[in-house]
Amino acid sequence: MTRTTRTSAPHSCDVAVIGAGVVGCAVARRFALAGASVVVVERGADILSGASKANSAILHTGFDAPPGSLELDLVKAGREEYLSIHRDLGLSIVKTGALVCAWTDAEADGLAAIAGQGRENGIADLDVIDATAVRALMPGLAPEVRAAVEVRGEHVIDPWSAPLAYVTQALALGAKVWRGCELLSGRFDGDWLLDTSRGGLRAGAVINAAGLFGDDVDRRLGLAPDFTIRPRKGQFIVLDKAAARHVPKIVLPVPNEITKGVVICPTAFGNVLVGPTAEEQDDRTRATVETATLEMLRDHGGRLVPALRDIPVTAVYAGLRPGTEKKHYRVTARTESRAITLGGIRSTGLSAALGLAQHALRLFEAFGMPLGPPAAIPPVTVPNLTEAEPRDWQRPDHGEIVCHCEMVTRREIEAALAGPLPPGDFGGLRRRTRAGMGRCQGFYCNARLAEMTRGRFRVPLAVEPEG
Amino acid sequence: MSDHDVIVVGGGPAGVAAALALRAEGVGRVAIVDREPVLGGATRHCAHSPFGMREFGRVYLGAAYGRRLERDARAAGITVLTGHSVTGLGDDGTLSVAHPGGVGTLSADRVVLATGAREMPRSARMLPGDRPVGILTTGALQSYVAFHGLMPFRRPVILGSELVTLSAVLTCLTHGARPVAVLETGPVPLARAPLRWFPGVMGVPFRTGVGIVDIIGRDRVEAVRIRRGGQEEVLDCDGLLLTGRFTPEAALLWQAGHGVDRGSGGPLIDQTGRTANPRYFAAGNLLRPVETGGWAFREGRAIGRALAADLRRAPSAATTVPVAVEGPVKLVVPNIIRRGERPAAGFDRFQLRFLRPCKGTLALVIDGRPAHRLSGSWLPERRVLMPMPTAVCQADSIRFEFREDR
Ligand SMILES: Cc1cc2nc3c(=O)[nH]c(=O)nc-3n(C[C@H](O)[C@H](O)[C@H](O)COP(=O)(O)OP(=O)(O)OC[C@H]3O[C@@H](n4cnc5c(N)ncnc54)[C@H](O)[C@@H]3O)c2cc1C
Ligand SMILES: Cc1cc2nc3c(=O)[nH]c(=O)nc-3n(C[C@H](O)[C@H](O)[C@H](O)COP(=O)(O)OP(=O)(O)OC[C@H]3O[C@@H](n4cnc5c(N)ncnc54)[C@H](O)[C@@H]3O)c2cc1C
Repeated sequence: MTRTTRTSAPHSCDVAVIGAGVVGCAVARRFALAGASVVVVERGADILSGASKANSAILHTGFDAPPGSLELDLVKAGREEYLSIHRDLGLSIVKTGALVCAWTDAEADGLAAIAGQGRENGIADLDVIDATAVRALMPGLAPEVRAAVEVRGEHVIDPWSAPLAYVTQALALGAKVWRGCELLSGRFDGDWLLDTSRGGLRAGAVINAAGLFGDDVDRRLGLAPDFTIRPRKGQFIVLDKAAARHVPKIVLPVPNEITKGVVICPTAFGNVLVGPTAEEQDDRTRATVETATLEMLRDHGGRLVPALRDIPVTAVYAGLRPGTEKKHYRVTARTESRAITLGGIRSTGLSAALGLAQHALRLFEAFGMPLGPPAAIPPVTVPNLTEAEPRDWQRPDHGEIVCHCEMVTRREIEAALAGPLPPGDFGGLRRRTRAGMGRCQGFYCNARLAEMTRGRFRVPLAVEPEG
Repeated sequence: MSDHDVIVVGGGPAGVAAALALRAEGVGRVAIVDREPVLGGATRHCAHSPFGMREFGRVYLGAAYGRRLERDARAAGITVLTGHSVTGLGDDGTLSVAHPGGVGTLSADRVVLATGAREMPRSARMLPGDRPVGILTTGALQSYVAFHGLMPFRRPVILGSELVTLSAVLTCLTHGARPVAVLETGPVPLARAPLRWFPGVMGVPFRTGVGIVDIIGRDRVEAVRIRRGGQEEVLDCDGLLLTGRFTPEAALLWQAGHGVDRGSGGPLIDQTGRTANPRYFAAGNLLRPVETGGWAFREGRAIGRALAADLRRAPSAATTVPVAVEGPVKLVVPNIIRRGERPAAGFDRFQLRFLRPCKGTLALVIDGRPAHRLSGSWLPERRVLMPMPTAVCQADSIRFEFREDR
């Protein structure tokens, strides 16, 4: 690989974090709080450009995680930390609870084992309940439901504001986030010298949180990766807010071959999503939706909750899980080269991110690197976008409502554009404000957003005039 | 006591016409509430389309038509509340409203819903592929041009063949964009005559029977993969323009749990223009996608007049009989009949639409007896009108049957 020549001395930091997915954002926060100077290197135009931009947004308890696994420990630790910090960060939580629903006698027979496993995993707040009790909790379920495990601790959160809050807290402590910056290679000679598309970076330690490119980044760092990423695509449909009244709880399937893990789930924004599928693919960048699959999801939702049949589809999307050839997390610490890889965070990373960050800090302590004094927690809050708390449009003097479907105000959009980490692309604006995310998908507001974001994005909404 | 006799939600042609008719009938306190900064609704961005010939005896373009509506509304003593978004419909006629000063409520003895229709986005059409920047509807494109002097692409592929598609092609051509092709998934163009020759004359290929199998583009649309007669082809482009496939802007109905008709996507609506809740009326494109601005205006006016008569009585307590449709008949308006009440001035005819091109005989069957027949061949998205005999108001069963010619 040819090295780019730079005139200025490379920037230096204690810890370089590769990747600003939810894991990288949580790691940046944890290390900044521990007194480290942190640089986050992110290839995308904005944070959350990989797996973290499209998930089911469930804050899991770990009731169904593999017993005794690191994943179980970190999901529980991550959830616990989320519960203790969310209020201070302005993050909300929708305490829906989940129902693992059995639709056949065979499935019903398996519920006791699922509940038993959950208790063994340390999740006590769950019970097997009969059909009458299930339908009392969720009258909209199809009458064929036999029984369920009620897991009261499964909650729903805003999957984009949470990582944004973590990384904003890191920024407030002096961390840097280099977006549009690709890690090209790295070499350890007592210190890390990283070559990025933005120049050199000297770091005491490096933490690989590159998600779908975890193995690739290990290789770029000259570390032999001990795993191979096998992307697993998950497609979703999002139903209009009218669906929410029919789906007060997360409806989980009994794991089996047919359902493939498709969930019916309220979102924190007042919609209902149906998905994800689980489709192995080689491509790590394209997460396409397919018409037949989307129709299958709509039918599936309508079968389990009949009232969903007629409710319009608001959005469709797909995400790629950074799976590997094994089911578990692929976390490695290399003391001799002061490198930590947080790899293969496949399907629970949103829940486990804060736990993974704690774990990374513990692994880092073995490197014996001195850090500055731990920082006081900076007062950082992110705007509430969920229906669980009042929104900006309900407060006076918001200017005007720009996105009518999601009720996004001009003040919210201007604040996001002027914030400490302004969106780098349209997706970033949508994730920070919800503008354009609603049922019309921009029929009413897209042009206005194009106008308000002129000159802001690498890929602008409006094209420049020719000539 | 309510703040208003009637509040009209939506200040497009239908809403303004309803409000004007109410004032003309002597109703005192009438308000129009619209979430946009000015009235006009969807006509505001149709810069090249003439509006107003039938209603005002002269032609207005785009925003000028909305200004005329607003001027007439104010001159008629109607309270115009722009920048006010209705967020909830109370059963008793209390509306939740958000405006720049915060939130509040308004109340009225009757409410007219005239929130219009919009084109279906990519998601609701369940189109496959990537989700890059550059996939828009005609309404959004025209807003780029009319309100901000911007363009979202230079070489779009255009999907659809309705009247609005012509408008989309024109908007592109007059603003420095050169469409790569106009594609229709069905076997024939939906707006027949002009689409046969229009794009060709403009040098834009028009093709029917085309399916989109992939939208390709990491950041911005780069290409669309299409299939036609078993052959696949990749069309390079920088945008995808989705035209037509209108759907009523029925969010408030869904949210309030009011009845939404499966066929039209709009409200349940009776012969007088009342919804399932007799305090609520509806008019314009909210009833059914999609009509012209002129039609929406006339419909709004008729419903405004019917409402003025209804206002002199307590809200109707009559039972309703559904108007059923079958087979390829997509929708009918009105889709419920309130028993024992004659059509005052609301609808004098049934409006129907087909789901697919078809040829045959359509029959209105009242209490098992055919009351009216119409033979012909129809295309989807075209209005079909049938007389509404007064007998429907006493019927126990009303349905439209369709016998297809083989
Ligand atoms: C369909 C689906 C549903 C899910 N549902 C849930 C759920 O309900 N609850 C839950 O807890 N979890 C869920 N998950 C899992 C969760 O989304 C992932 O575990 C998590 O997003 C992984 O985050 P990450 O930070 O490890 O990876 P990513 O988000 O992929 O972040 C890695 C980042 O590294 C960047 N990068 C890569 N290579 C380089 C380079 N060379 N230089 C610079 N930057 C680079 C990428 O651009 C990317 O932004 C779901 C996942 C999917 C796909
Ligand atoms: C892209 C496009 C091109 C068109 N081209 C033509 C053409 O060439 N010729 C032609 O005759 N017709 C054309 N039409 C159709 C014509 O514009 C419509 O028939 C007409 O505007 C319908 O009138 P309406 O009053 O029913 O609804 P609209 O005009 O859509 O008005 C609805 C109003 O309701 C308001 N509203 C919605 N929800 C709320 C809420 N919750 N609170 C407050 N206010 C709300 C909206 O802001 C809007 O002002 C076109 C339409 C479109 C979208």
